[in-house]
Amino acid sequence: MSSAGRTLVKPIEQGVGPLSAMLAVFSRDVRVAFRQRQDLLNPLLFFVMVVTLFPLGVSPEVSFLQQSGAGILWVAALLAVLLSLDHLFRHDFDDGTLEQLVLQPQPLFLLILAKTLAHWILTGLPLVLLAPVLGVMVHLDGNSIVILCLTLLIGTPVLSLIGSIGAALTLGLRSAGVLLSLLIIPLYIPVLIFGTGTVAAAGEGASVGGYLALMGAFLVLALTLAPFAAAAALRISMSNS
Amino acid sequence: MAFDSLSAFIVMEGHGPYVWACYAVFAVLLGGMMLWSAKRNHSVIEACQRRYEADAKTSAQPNRNASATFARVEISQD
Amino acid sequence: MWQWFHKLGSPKWFFGIATRLMPWLLIGGLLLLAAGLVWGLAFAPKDYLQGNSYRIIFIHVPSAFLAQSIYISMAVAALVTLVWRMKLADVFVKAIAPVGLVFTFLALFTGAVWGKPTWGTWWVWDARLTSMLILLFLYGGVIALDRAINDEKSAARAVAVLVLVGVVNIPIIKYSVDWWNTLHQPATFKLTEKPTMPMEMWLPLLLSVLGLYLLFGWLTCLRMKTEILVREQRTRWVKELVLAGGK
Repeated sequence: MSSAGRTLVKPIEQGVGPLSAMLAVFSRDVRVAFRQRQDLLNPLLFFVMVVTLFPLGVSPEVSFLQQSGAGILWVAALLAVLLSLDHLFRHDFDDGTLEQLVLQPQPLFLLILAKTLAHWILTGLPLVLLAPVLGVMVHLDGNSIVILCLTLLIGTPVLSLIGSIGAALTLGLRSAGVLLSLLIIPLYIPVLIFGTGTVAAAGEGASVGGYLALMGAFLVLALTLAPFAAAAALRISMSNS
Repeated sequence: MAFDSLSAFIVMEGHGPYVWACYAVFAVLLGGMMLWSAKRNHSVIEACQRRYEADAKTSAQPNRNASATFARVEISQD
Repeated sequence: MWQWFHKLGSPKWFFGIATRLMPWLLIGGLLLLAAGLVWGLAFAPKDYLQGNSYRIIFIHVPSAFLAQSIYISMAVAALVTLVWRMKLADVFVKAIAPVGLVFTFLALFTGAVWGKPTWGTWWVWDARLTSMLILLFLYGGVIALDRAINDEKSAARAVAVLVLVGVVNIPIIKYSVDWWNTLHQPATFKLTEKPTMPMEMWLPLLLSVLGLYLLFGWLTCLRMKTEILVREQRTRWVKELVLAGGK
């Protein structure tokens, strides 16, 4: 498998196990993304810009920023992930790769899981890594920043996973971008509530183990269910076009 | 009767505007939805009727724009 | 054994049943709703805490009930659509989603107006109002997706997936909103915290709930009939039916 690294679309042959197929899809997506670096940078720039808007638009006061910093960062991260979701299947859909993926003998939900994980590595993880810098800029204290990053680390994969369902449902539709946000934002609300709530609880000195465990439960639930829903949605969208 | 007079019933000790506003919006939306659904049902039936009548004398008029809304199902008639 | 089930899926069979059922649903619904509302408005005693503003309950609670049960019935129909590909199930989802949206809006609106005399503000980020608002978004998403996909079959199945994803999320949303609410507002007021509602208030409420359910049944039959007509207009039975007078 490792020698075929030069072709853009690595053929997944019959008889290849599901795990190596997942690995092939994953590494392909990562490699493609690194060839179009602007797509990688856009969500990050968006994240930074949205966070910048709040001190400018509401108030640069330290007390306000300290109080709402976690919420601002979470909302901005959520919007950044939402913005990047359109790319999850779009390019592959346009050049026909997705059709090949659907026709593979390996279970489609596993391949979608691999794609979604790649999406998270490429957008969610950079957001998490960038969050401490922005956390300092909105005057969060050290402990809050650590908790914030932890919640983002658990929460952003959930955003990618739920988002994959929406991206699959709206694939190939005319107003896909707006529609995607309409469908997905209500489903993001629990993650947002617990993400910011955990940071708030930490700020009040409460122990956050339980909250983090609950977010972990969200992640497990999303990991087990979302790929199936996304696979079903993808098949419907593919038969539509 | 929980009220002494009609005016007391309308005023409801100051809560009248809230209560009546709610009931008015409820009536308008529910009634509107019922009427609108009935009207749409009626118009669909009429459109079908027109289409079938047009189909009956199909050779006479090649352009049947009376049923333009249903253009994509004009493939066959069984 | 499964014959009744397949019969249930036949649009023609449903059309006949619905046509026979509709007058009863309409008359019964209007009578019960009118009785419940007149009783509630004019005859039920006033609440010792909230005064007369509580009379909004007679439309607020039925609307909220319907808003929730419509979504749940949509989810059941969505499952049927995906598993058995039953035609009627996706007609049902398509026909009642806008109705659900209207009732959710009504529940929100009446809740907000009720809040003004009770809480002193139009809007409180109360757990129930907030989850209702999210339900409104879910309905909006379902309707928007249905409108966006041109192909009827794909639209039905895509909507079914979305509805099912939504119904899995509803308990989570509800739970998280409740938790969020206690986090932000330690002293919450509850709209209807009356464990022992007197009979004179409870009966008119029951009547209006039943009446509204019957009217919803009528609306469902009517809207499904319309949708069936649109979809099945190429079939012979629809043609004969329409040419025979359209009823």
